[in-house]
Amino acid sequence: MILAQETALFDWEWVGRNLDSIWERTLEHLALTGVALAVGIVIATGLSAVALRRPRSYTTITAATGLLYTIPSLAVFALVAPLVGIGTSTQRFITAEIALISYTLLILTRNIVTGINGVPAGVREAATGMGYRDGERVRQIELPLALPAVMAGIRIATVTVIGLVTVTALLGLGGLGFFILDGLRRSIIFPTEIVVGVALSVSLAALIDISLLGLGRVLTPWAQDRGT
Amino acid sequence: MGSQAATDIMIRLDNVTKTFAGGTRPAVENLSLDVGRGEFVTLVGPSGCGKTTTLKMINRIIEPTSGRIFVDGRDALAVPAHELRRSIGYVIQQIGLFPHRTIAQNIATVPLLLNWDRARIDARVAELVEIVGLEPGMLTRYPSELSGGQQQRVGVARALAADPPVLLMDEPFGAVDPIVRKRLQQEFLNLQGRLEKTIVFVTHDIDEAVFMGTRTAILNVGGVLEQYDTPETILANPANAFVEDFLGGERGLKRLALRPVSQVGMKRGPVVDVSAGADEARRVMNEHSVDWLGLLDGDRLLGWVDGSQLDGGDLRLLEPRPFLVSLDSQSSLREALDAVVTSHARVAVVVDDGVYKGMLDLEAIAEEITE
Repeated sequence: MILAQETALFDWEWVGRNLDSIWERTLEHLALTGVALAVGIVIATGLSAVALRRPRSYTTITAATGLLYTIPSLAVFALVAPLVGIGTSTQRFITAEIALISYTLLILTRNIVTGINGVPAGVREAATGMGYRDGERVRQIELPLALPAVMAGIRIATVTVIGLVTVTALLGLGGLGFFILDGLRRSIIFPTEIVVGVALSVSLAALIDISLLGLGRVLTPWAQDRGT
Repeated sequence: MGSQAATDIMIRLDNVTKTFAGGTRPAVENLSLDVGRGEFVTLVGPSGCGKTTTLKMINRIIEPTSGRIFVDGRDALAVPAHELRRSIGYVIQQIGLFPHRTIAQNIATVPLLLNWDRARIDARVAELVEIVGLEPGMLTRYPSELSGGQQQRVGVARALAADPPVLLMDEPFGAVDPIVRKRLQQEFLNLQGRLEKTIVFVTHDIDEAVFMGTRTAILNVGGVLEQYDTPETILANPANAFVEDFLGGERGLKRLALRPVSQVGMKRGPVVDVSAGADEARRVMNEHSVDWLGLLDGDRLLGWVDGSQLDGGDLRLLEPRPFLVSLDSQSSLREALDAVVTSHARVAVVVDDGVYKGMLDLEAIAEEITE
């Protein structure tokens, strides 16, 4: 167990003694986020494909994913946990992921659909007229052009999930959220642990957001102002 | 032009009808139209006449409801649409360049779809850049970095990339400003003079239709073909009241716009070489009953002098004033008419690459249009 020193406002020694644990929890945080995003992107792509083929279904899809987005995260755990179970670490992981993934769907689906719908009609017609098959046109023309919108969605979803991962501490996971919960649970609140959890979680979000921004720029050189 | 041998027909629409879902009347009804190899056919008519629908049925962007379409001897409805389209160049008003691809990649679109090898594509792109008058430095840029006129040149280059025998153009110059449009039209005609593609070109602008086409199809609402003939014939003999009304006023001027100066017998006019004497100069002026004189130095036109300036001395010492407007052989008779009415001397002067060709007066132009 982690021992606290009551006097200091921020205990650097505690940090030094728990570097391994901090590293481990950071990796856990990244894993929970990464899996949620990866699965979220796959599901959102499927939902977008349906919405784009049948425009009328888009309203339903937006309503459903919107509902998931508005349910408080704690409530989602409460709803999912009895169904999946939280006995084993795998069950806890799945419960956590279901909650996290459900928060990505609205943002990702909406941005993919907006991105594809934003492809100018003339570009689509020219591509068809040049002899692209439907699938070729979607992959080679429409998806690349939707990329700025899709990347914007991925950034928002990622930052949202990184924040939400801390709540999964209630399931014994939580990544850096573990420190926040642990700091709060002590008989005397231990600020150092809370600060470490919060600061690293926020830094992680900022770092990944900037990385994704950079990645987006590299992937869409045509959308950047080259100052000509 | 009117009767093409069967083997020379490049595009044939046979009794084609298109009714859109939910439409009460067909957009195009029982339309039959033949386009000969190497012809430049313009489709023109009021909105709702089905001209764009007709064009888009040829490459099956719109599938006809009934009827048959043949392109280059093939039944267009029997081959896979994407294969048909790769053999037909397509240029649209919105241009539709791919924003995420460089100019070079845009031009290479169809060759890439046809799996040409790298070297062949590069060579073809370089060739096309020259053909359509782009700068090679533009190849690495993105479409958003080019002007509208430049983008449309890229659009034309892209359509020509795989050297298709047929080009379909849907108001290709509709989105550029009038000055650039005029230049693109002329350039494209020059280009077509070399390429000899079979072209179907949709426009709502009757002036563009008669200027660009070797034949013009005038369509009425519902895809009814009112007249299909050479622009000259249509302007001279409109088939019916609808065509006459659609052609609008100034049909005589529109006909003049179609004819180059080179088709008219030019006169030498009141000109003398600067080496001529004063007597000769007066004789030429009297002969033409004018009080001015054009001065030549060999085959170069120096300008004109007023009769009152002739003092009997050496013509070389005079300071001739330049003609304000000078045409070349490719200028239209309409431009010549404009030059005549704006010049003091009431003539249009024709000069090709500095060489004096002759001059036209009002009488010569009027003869052309009333003959």
